[in-house]
Amino acid sequence: MAKIVVDVMLKPEILDPQGNAVASALPRLGFTFATSVRQGKRFEIEVAGEPTPTQLAEVEKAAEVLLSNPVIENYVVRVEK
Amino acid sequence: MRVGVVTFPGTLDDRDAARAVRAGGSEAVELWHGDADLKNVDAVILPGGFSYGDYLRCGAISRFAPVMTLIIEQANKGMPLLGICNGFQVLCESHLLPGALTRNSDLHFLCKDQVISIENTNTPWTSSFSKGQEILIPLKNGEGSFQCDDATLASLEGEDRIIARYVGENPNGSRNLIAGITNVRGNVVGLMPHPEHAIDALTGPSAEGLGFFTSILNAMVK
Repeated sequence: MAKIVVDVMLKPEILDPQGNAVASALPRLGFTFATSVRQGKRFEIEVAGEPTPTQLAEVEKAAEVLLSNPVIENYVVRVEK
Repeated sequence: MRVGVVTFPGTLDDRDAARAVRAGGSEAVELWHGDADLKNVDAVILPGGFSYGDYLRCGAISRFAPVMTLIIEQANKGMPLLGICNGFQVLCESHLLPGALTRNSDLHFLCKDQVISIENTNTPWTSSFSKGQEILIPLKNGEGSFQCDDATLASLEGEDRIIARYVGENPNGSRNLIAGITNVRGNVVGLMPHPEHAIDALTGPSAEGLGFFTSILNAMVK
């Protein structure tokens, strides 16, 4: 069993009000390390056996048409051991 | 005229949209998301709500509903199509309209009466209005902030494709106060606020939303 992970993040130029809200909540709890926070989504996709190049290409395609909205988001596909 | 109103799982405003269609003088035809038949409608409305629970992204799953395949096909051939609120989100996810609707800039779900100005009266959904006319209709959304890149914004402005703008303070962070846009052809319109909730003074803040529904009848009769 292998896990293919797709991370989807808002593009840097798109306002992320949720990330901003988290960034402003952190110092209220005494956490002062953050200069900025961006919030995204992570998809974990399990496949039987090692992912084949074809499967990875299909996941790339799915990430583009469904898992992300290319107008506002970027995605990264990787295999997690 | 037969105007289809689509119900997805999680749609809320289909009843009000159908009532508004009837008040505007057309026949409202119920369309189910799983239908592979548009029942000979002349135009379609995608109403507001939380289709498929807004899972993934608002409108992202609705785009792939069986009825949407037919609607996208007909819209590309010129059929008038209006998406209100969640329907607007579905139109953007379907790439029938450019840009995307993102979380309101202040994160709050909005529910208020909002003045908008009608900027383009050449679409089949806005022809009953006069250019610059201000109307008061409800605005209720969590993800209503219209975003797009600078080139898209410039083409929307340059091609007169912004059909309505918010008047006064920007309620949700939309670029250039955009409340509604249309496609290049002018038959597909997306609108964030809700004209279907403002068709009579008893149940709405005004009856000024009715113009969207009388417009479609006029467009068809012409």
